[in-house]
Amino acid sequence: MAKVITIKKGYNIKLNGVAENITSSLDLPNLIAIKPHDFPMLIPKLSVEVGQEILAGHPLFYDKNNPVIRLPSPVSGEVVEIVRGEKRRILEIRILPDKIPKYISFPSPNLKEAARESIIDLLLESGCWSYIRQRPYCFIANPTDIPKAIFVSCFDTAPLAPDLGYIIEQERANFQLGIEVLDKLSNGHLHISIHDSTKEKISESDFQRLSHHKIHHFRGPHPAGNVGIQIHHIAPIQKGEIVWYVHPQDVIIIGRLFSEGRYRAHRTVAFTGSGVVHPHYFRVMTGQKLSTILEYQLREGSYRIIQGNILTGKQSSSDDFLSFYENQLTIVPEGNEPQFLGWLLPGLHKLSLSRTFLSWLTPNRSYNLNTNTNGEERAFVMTGQYDKVLPMNIYPVHLLKAIMAKDIERMEDLGIYEVSEEDFALCEFVCTSKIDVQRIIKEGLDYIRSEG
Amino acid sequence: MKDSDLDNVQPLLSFSVKIAQNLIKSVKPHFGKGGRFEKFHPAFDALETFLFVPAHTTASGVHIRDAIDLKRTMFTVIIALVPTLLFGMWNVGYQHHLAYGVQVSMMDNFLFGFWKVLPIIVVSYTVGLGVEFIFAIIRNHQVSEGYLVTGLLIPLTMPVTIPLWMVALAAIFCTVLGKEIFGGTGMNFMNPALLARAFLFFAFPAYMSGDIWTDLSPETGHSLVDAYSGATNLVAFDTDFTKMGSVSDMFWGFEQGSIGETSTFACLIGAFILIVTGIGSWQIIVSCFVGALLMGLVLNGLAPVDIPTHPMHTPAYYHWLMGGFAFGAVYMATDPVSAAHTEVGKWIYGLLIGIFTVILRVFNPAYPEGVMLSILLMNVFAPLIDHIVIEQHIKNRKKRA
Repeated sequence: MAKVITIKKGYNIKLNGVAENITSSLDLPNLIAIKPHDFPMLIPKLSVEVGQEILAGHPLFYDKNNPVIRLPSPVSGEVVEIVRGEKRRILEIRILPDKIPKYISFPSPNLKEAARESIIDLLLESGCWSYIRQRPYCFIANPTDIPKAIFVSCFDTAPLAPDLGYIIEQERANFQLGIEVLDKLSNGHLHISIHDSTKEKISESDFQRLSHHKIHHFRGPHPAGNVGIQIHHIAPIQKGEIVWYVHPQDVIIIGRLFSEGRYRAHRTVAFTGSGVVHPHYFRVMTGQKLSTILEYQLREGSYRIIQGNILTGKQSSSDDFLSFYENQLTIVPEGNEPQFLGWLLPGLHKLSLSRTFLSWLTPNRSYNLNTNTNGEERAFVMTGQYDKVLPMNIYPVHLLKAIMAKDIERMEDLGIYEVSEEDFALCEFVCTSKIDVQRIIKEGLDYIRSEG
Repeated sequence: MKDSDLDNVQPLLSFSVKIAQNLIKSVKPHFGKGGRFEKFHPAFDALETFLFVPAHTTASGVHIRDAIDLKRTMFTVIIALVPTLLFGMWNVGYQHHLAYGVQVSMMDNFLFGFWKVLPIIVVSYTVGLGVEFIFAIIRNHQVSEGYLVTGLLIPLTMPVTIPLWMVALAAIFCTVLGKEIFGGTGMNFMNPALLARAFLFFAFPAYMSGDIWTDLSPETGHSLVDAYSGATNLVAFDTDFTKMGSVSDMFWGFEQGSIGETSTFACLIGAFILIVTGIGSWQIIVSCFVGALLMGLVLNGLAPVDIPTHPMHTPAYYHWLMGGFAFGAVYMATDPVSAAHTEVGKWIYGLLIGIFTVILRVFNPAYPEGVMLSILLMNVFAPLIDHIVIEQHIKNRKKRA
């Protein structure tokens, strides 16, 4: 039994609309799109042109700064449109999928004997490399780097997050194969974290072919599931170090490549939130048009469609397409109605980590929260709030101040390389002064990447 | 999504809410960009957001927000201040009638105090908020909620006999020099309300110390009782601590002093509210009390044996009950803006406040109220404490490598 890491700081936001463990399959849509914007820092160069017939796994575009990083088409069919925005920036590559998908077939090497380099080559050629991302900065890893470690977090603690145990259960063999691939890449530094909440579906027996000490048991509330928090507690990143991480769903896709010899990019996406009629899972294609999922499932009224979870996701619309790494859609009511003396009422139905609303007397209640900011932005006043929800040896407010002062040395001293926006999402949620904490962290990371 | 809190409210109220909503909607354009009263937008905005939590929705980052905002925070502090305010009002009447040897009912005591204290509160809020609004309009920023609490803290730290023009002066001083010159709420480095009190204390000592604690407006048919003395326990303490009031009188607050400071019990109720809601830092409150007790014990040990009435002999826990210590530790030291910001820093900050309070009380008879000065002193040192904590943190982080 490996050591248990208990996370004490943090908070589980309980919302209505948890996905039931049922999966609906959807037919292949009549249009899918890949959005270069899903890949931070990547400058897309097209590999296809309008009218071209392609197979699934054919590269659509590559990174101008690192041409070996190629983004594959999840379907076979005809490239019908390149949507461009300002300054001819590529926004979407739209593909009309074939009814019966045709795949490029890749050789499936014998994992036991294959060298690390040949595995990397296959991942690059198939485009599956794009599922391997790095910290700091959260973009696609550079294949020539030697990472300090590779992390896979097998649980998600975010509000309404998909049950990753349930997703892994559906393709356990492919998941295990994918893990073995990562084990090869990691030179023996693969860390897998599991949580008490998913221990029936995924346990140490799933990783028998790996040596034992790399499995970490976590306990505690969100953000324990964030890979950044796990890295911090297991193998903290120092300046100049790089850690790779892969989401379990993407591990499955890598596993499929090695078992079937083709790039098959189906995902199981949790459809959650109080705006959903029947919250459950959908088996869909990366780049699927959201309207095909949202049909018949949206409640009447004014709702916000979010790709991702409610803390870190991006606002979207039914005309949008499913983002590349997405595992969750959240639909919540908009809070665009003024509230008479809202700050004065006892507030039995208002969620607050402070105990200034009477709702703290009913800790197990689930909430129908809306997008109202519940107050206006103010100067920073309350102290010690962020510390309660950030389980890291980091002083969040001082880091934020160093970022705002653009003081690189101080940012490094205070741990900028260990953090990402998502780790600070709860800080932003609890903030009395309604400060955009995630935006500041992102600015800091962007600044240090461009200057450092 | 309608909050069901609203559903329970009477239809009549919701009707008047509708009217208020429509009224605001109809006059809003005049205060907007290009409107006739564009300049007064911050003032209008403050009023509007006071009545209605605005319909703003999250734009970037998290899509949901915690229900708390600064208005709720400040409102919670005001609730925590209510026990001291109510008790203070009653005590004003009680002390007044005690001085004249008149027996009246509890209600009469309270009403007497109520009518004495109310004008001070009204002046403090009117003048202070007026200055805030003027600054908001001139500098075109929003009116922050900080003064909701400051405006009540100022009267509670004054003797009831304070002239109203001095309250007004204190409110102006506190808002302008305590806050606005630094950029408003959140940017100040000293507690504005305490700064206002210190200002009056040094500028008008005759009105802030001596025999001024009891309202001695004439009572027809009665004259001052012979035993009446205007000295507070803090003054008695410097000459002979055994002459102070009883422990229970000091705990419950049946003594002379500033309006809100006398009852340790009322302050503890406030501390309970602040700690349960999480608004006040329990670390600061606890460490202030611990610091005072420790220093009191140390002085007990060092006290001169040949002078048994020397203040150093005062039982250490008396310091918790005397003067404004509890009030300062609970409501003033915990001001998050001017206190230390780091957890470790808060412990050091609180301990030092407790220690300095006792030192000032015992060794400096000129400043009987040591807690005010030691909180202001530690306000100045709080950034330094934080700096040391952070530097140590950075060193530890580097060692981890």
